[in-house]
Amino acid sequence: MQEISLAAEKIYQLGGFSITNSLLLSMLVSFVLIILTLVLRHQIALIPNGFYNAAEAVIEGLFNLVESVAGSFEQAKQFFPLIGALFIFILWNNWSGLIPGVGTITINHLPLLRGPTADLNATLALALVSVIATQYYGIKYTGFFANAKRFINFTSPILLFVGLLELVAEFAKVLSFSFRLFGNIFAGEVLLVVMGLLAPYLAPLPFIGLELFVGFVQALVFAMLTLVFLKVAVAESHNT
Amino acid sequence: MEEVIKILAPGLTIALGGMLPAFAIGWMASKAMEAIGRNPEAAPKVQTAMILAIAFAEAIAIYSLVVALIIKFV
Repeated sequence: MQEISLAAEKIYQLGGFSITNSLLLSMLVSFVLIILTLVLRHQIALIPNGFYNAAEAVIEGLFNLVESVAGSFEQAKQFFPLIGALFIFILWNNWSGLIPGVGTITINHLPLLRGPTADLNATLALALVSVIATQYYGIKYTGFFANAKRFINFTSPILLFVGLLELVAEFAKVLSFSFRLFGNIFAGEVLLVVMGLLAPYLAPLPFIGLELFVGFVQALVFAMLTLVFLKVAVAESHNT
Repeated sequence: MEEVIKILAPGLTIALGGMLPAFAIGWMASKAMEAIGRNPEAAPKVQTAMILAIAFAEAIAIYSLVVALIIKFV
């Protein structure tokens, strides 16, 4: 019975810092993405062709989606680097957990590679990036006091309570982001392992298809939710 | 008796925790279908909002799934 571990397994120890298998795959995926971006950058031309055309279509589709949710072109231009990066990074991390060899190639009886987003550390880091970015953009666009007034509002007792609830909700957002992504991807991994144990020959195929879909939707949901919270953070306050 | 509880606990956690989110998602999707049916031009906006709301509801089900997994494997 293959061991299913909730935490990513440590495969190498560098002094006090231990490298886990999900960290290894995350670094590999990031490396591939950076090389891809650099290669594409050299192919910018007025008439695109081949692979660059496909990449441009993806970026354009993503930008149109961000623009339709954000409302204005200017705001979309400000938010797109973060949202696009979150989407592409999370999407490739989610899908990299499905590559054959991830989870099966072992070193010292531990899997050498593991889906990066199936590790709560990675999703927690992404959630923190997302929530801290909303605070940063809120302060950048509306000033420090206007942003603080969303949470600490002394104009009336009801608004004070609502502000405190908003503050609690920020922490709830961190938990919610991280657990949503972690739960979906880790549960998918467990499902695939169990399917592989029960009926290895053809039965896992629809489940791998499901995992492809779930990986895409979860990346999209993470990026879109970040965008919506960003939009709320920079919006001019309406209830004063 | 302990063996029975060990097997039942994760199963019941996810079973009970998945019921209400499933109901909520169905309800939201049906309202979204109604809205799209009444105003097909607003379909992209309704769709985006629906996907977001469904992600929130599904997150609750995922919390219960994570708790079930923790109970089973930790």
